Amino acid sequence: MTAPFEPQPFTWSGRRAWLLSEEPGSRRQARLGSFYRGWLALRENPLAMVGLAVVVGLALVAALADVIAPGNPLIGGPLRTERLLPPSAAHWMGTDDQARDIFTRVIHGARLTLQVVALVVVTATPIGLLVGTTAGYFGGWVDAVLMRITDIFLAFPRLILALAFVAALGPGIENAVIAIALTSWPQYARLARAETMTIRHSDFISAARLQGASSARILWGHVAPLCLPSVVIRVTLDMAGIILTAAGLGFLGLGAQPPEPEWGAMVATGRRFIVDQWWVAAMPGLAIFVVSLGFNLLGDGLRDALDPKAAR
Amino acid sequence: MQARQEAPASAEAPERPESEAESVRTRVLRFLRGVGGLAFSLAVTLLGLLVVTFLIGRVVPVDPVLSIIGDRAPASTYDRVYRELGLDRPMVEQFWIYLKKVLSGDFGESFLTKRPILDDLRRVFPATFELATLGLILGVAIGAPMGVAAAAWKGSWVDQIIRVLCLVGYSAPIFWLGLMGLLIFYANLGWVSGPGRIGIAHEFSFQPRTGILLLDSALQGRWDVFRNVFSHIILPACILGYFSMAYICRMTRSFMLHELSQEYVTAARVKGISETRIIWRHALRNAAVPMITVVGLSYINLLEGSVLTETIFAWPGLGQYLTNSLQNADMNAVLGSTLVIGVVFVLINLVSDLLYRLLDPRVRRGS
Amino acid sequence: MTELLKVEDLRITFPTRQGPREAVRGVSFTLGRERLGVVGESGSGKSQTGRALMGLTPPPGVATARTLSFDGQDLRGAGKRQWRALRGRRIAMVMQDPKYSLNPVMTVGRQISEALGRVGGLSSREKRAKALAMLEAVMIRDPERVYDSYPHELSGGMGQRAMIAMMLAPDPDLLIADEPTSALDVTVRIEVLRIMDRLVSERGMGLIFISHDLKLVSQFCDRVLVMYAGRVVEELAAADLASAQHPYTRGLMRCTPDLDHDLRPLPTLRRDAEWAK
Repeated sequence: MTAPFEPQPFTWSGRRAWLLSEEPGSRRQARLGSFYRGWLALRENPLAMVGLAVVVGLALVAALADVIAPGNPLIGGPLRTERLLPPSAAHWMGTDDQARDIFTRVIHGARLTLQVVALVVVTATPIGLLVGTTAGYFGGWVDAVLMRITDIFLAFPRLILALAFVAALGPGIENAVIAIALTSWPQYARLARAETMTIRHSDFISAARLQGASSARILWGHVAPLCLPSVVIRVTLDMAGIILTAAGLGFLGLGAQPPEPEWGAMVATGRRFIVDQWWVAAMPGLAIFVVSLGFNLLGDGLRDALDPKAAR
Repeated sequence: MQARQEAPASAEAPERPESEAESVRTRVLRFLRGVGGLAFSLAVTLLGLLVVTFLIGRVVPVDPVLSIIGDRAPASTYDRVYRELGLDRPMVEQFWIYLKKVLSGDFGESFLTKRPILDDLRRVFPATFELATLGLILGVAIGAPMGVAAAAWKGSWVDQIIRVLCLVGYSAPIFWLGLMGLLIFYANLGWVSGPGRIGIAHEFSFQPRTGILLLDSALQGRWDVFRNVFSHIILPACILGYFSMAYICRMTRSFMLHELSQEYVTAARVKGISETRIIWRHALRNAAVPMITVVGLSYINLLEGSVLTETIFAWPGLGQYLTNSLQNADMNAVLGSTLVIGVVFVLINLVSDLLYRLLDPRVRRGS
Repeated sequence: MTELLKVEDLRITFPTRQGPREAVRGVSFTLGRERLGVVGESGSGKSQTGRALMGLTPPPGVATARTLSFDGQDLRGAGKRQWRALRGRRIAMVMQDPKYSLNPVMTVGRQISEALGRVGGLSSREKRAKALAMLEAVMIRDPERVYDSYPHELSGGMGQRAMIAMMLAPDPDLLIADEPTSALDVTVRIEVLRIMDRLVSERGMGLIFISHDLKLVSQFCDRVLVMYAGRVVEELAAADLASAQHPYTRGLMRCTPDLDHDLRPLPTLRRDAEWAK
């Protein structure tokens, strides 16, 4: 066993042994160690690594969209000569009915997709955590009421409820995000509640209470951080679903509005030309498919790596 | 060592059942308690659905009065309708009015079709029902055996291939899959008929009765119509079926893996039972119980998927109706369909819950 | 005494991230038609030994041995078919907890009949009659009712009796009992063991009784193997237990409280890393 505070010459193998130590000397070492072990398990799963590559690729493409595809995604070339061209060396994915380069639009669409996912995650996760931990911590009628509300939200199919919300709020990407977030939080609330129930009676919670900490402080300071990891894993598993729901809303004309290069809306445009100019619909759809497959592969691998029971 | 429930104090259980009458009484009581609890939670959920649709209806930026009388009506008419709709009263009272209306089957009138919403829904529902049911049948028929195979050969190439197939089904946007299906199987290969439910030639010569065309044409012995309807439905049904197959297959696999690791499976092996029999008779029989819930859930997913596929296949069902209403800001129709889908969702959950009780001897007889 | 089972140098290896780990390391013993007890604490490899004798080492574990023969048949590298021919009909096993080892959605009767189906040549009526007779043999007073019951409707003691009936129904030559009573309520343990013991001796079967309870084993067995960390540390006749040599065995003996003497402070079991070598 390596003591954590003894000066050690830095070597990769030494660092590895420190991480994999069976007897960690500190909580940080234990936590980093279990993280590293998860990473090792993940690395052995080739499909998960493909998924990780796709997700990292998406982030890179979104960051470097202007470098990869310097053209303007909103304004096309001359309508007379460059409309609905098939894929070629000049236009890798062809052009659409406005003579815009589909490749450029798909690349810039990555930004929108990532933006939607990120916004949904930062809105839905805190709501779910707050509702779930509150319900689980207080129990009793608070729990009954909050969980009943959660169940009612879960009683609608996700896309349908999102559709109804967007219809009420009006189409647009912000409203789509709100609608998806409103339909995502119940699952996180359920999970956070279950986690809270298991730790609510632990000694350290009682200790905090005896020290006079307020309920709010216990919830946010002690309970929520402990629920966070499992909720985060759940959110990762959910990301593909978020992308598909957002694309579905876009496809129905309720998400991002034209001329924004949103993938779902682009597929909807391509519908009119599906028989003769298949690439207009096929390419953005392929992008949705690849990205959501990437998130699914990664999520699947994560679940296997972090939950030994599911990996059996 | 697995966690084990401590044997109850009555481990030295009476070898004779408690007197017959008493056991019947406790059973009836337990059943009634179960049904009562179920009915109560059902009622609360349905009420919640109504509250949600009601509230969504209130935040609509569209003025409900103008959508009825049009912009050119005089102010007096506007006031009259405003009061008729109860918009001058407090929210709670408005909700009460809404509740009474919905319970009496009055969902309002569609702005688009100028007909009562309920009539519209009754007209479009069979088409969606037919499509989603066929999709589900395909999904279960293919997904369940595939999940069993993946669990039986866990870690082998069979498992890997099935895993990828399922992940593709999870990940592909269903509307895109539908478009690609149309492009390949209809436009290029010509294996199936294109959009719509039935060919124009048959549409006028055929009188449907239940609205479920496959059933109607078979019952009337119109096999030409049946063939035509089948060639229309098979592609969207396969696409929806693939979608639910992926879900059912993954869940079957994980339930089977759970069952195959149980001690009773080892016990069956100890008895020398063949592996085939262990998988199909012992493990699957146990995995089937939680699968009921999964099948119910995937039916709901199919209703959701049908919203996106129906527009592509010009399928005159609930999904297309909802989409059309959405795009035309026909709020009454949107909320009506949402409510109906929510109710169907709740009912499916109820049915799967009841089936669960019926199939699992542990719940059925109470333990 | 005829030799029923011969095991030499049995090793069971499980791959882990830190490399292969041996759960059982060179266990050897022979067994006639007698009652052999295998004692050890949890993790000593006694249960894995029992499972390996039926070819049921859970993957990814691997069992190897220099000799593993049952009634003259070499079982090293036996195929699925050879194992299946043995399981149930020649070797059977009673497992720890009937709550988990009986299929919850199949009636007890069907599970017994299924075991009898392996004998062959029985009509379903004969199977039923035989199953009912078996249930009666394990002292169940109302066999008809138990036959049609689901496992959760039986108490632990009843469940374990049904399990014994099921495993003994095809009349095997060897019964492995893996902690058959540790999941049961204390009051029914002895009763269930007596039933099992009587049936085993009536039929002249071999018995391997795996347990962590040295006293219990010494009551019901002719010979005892004491296992520690995957090895047999001592083998002796049950009658000679008082003169055990190995400190671990002696430690186990001392741990049992005694009604006649006041044992205070209660002795603790001291382990020595040397024993595992």
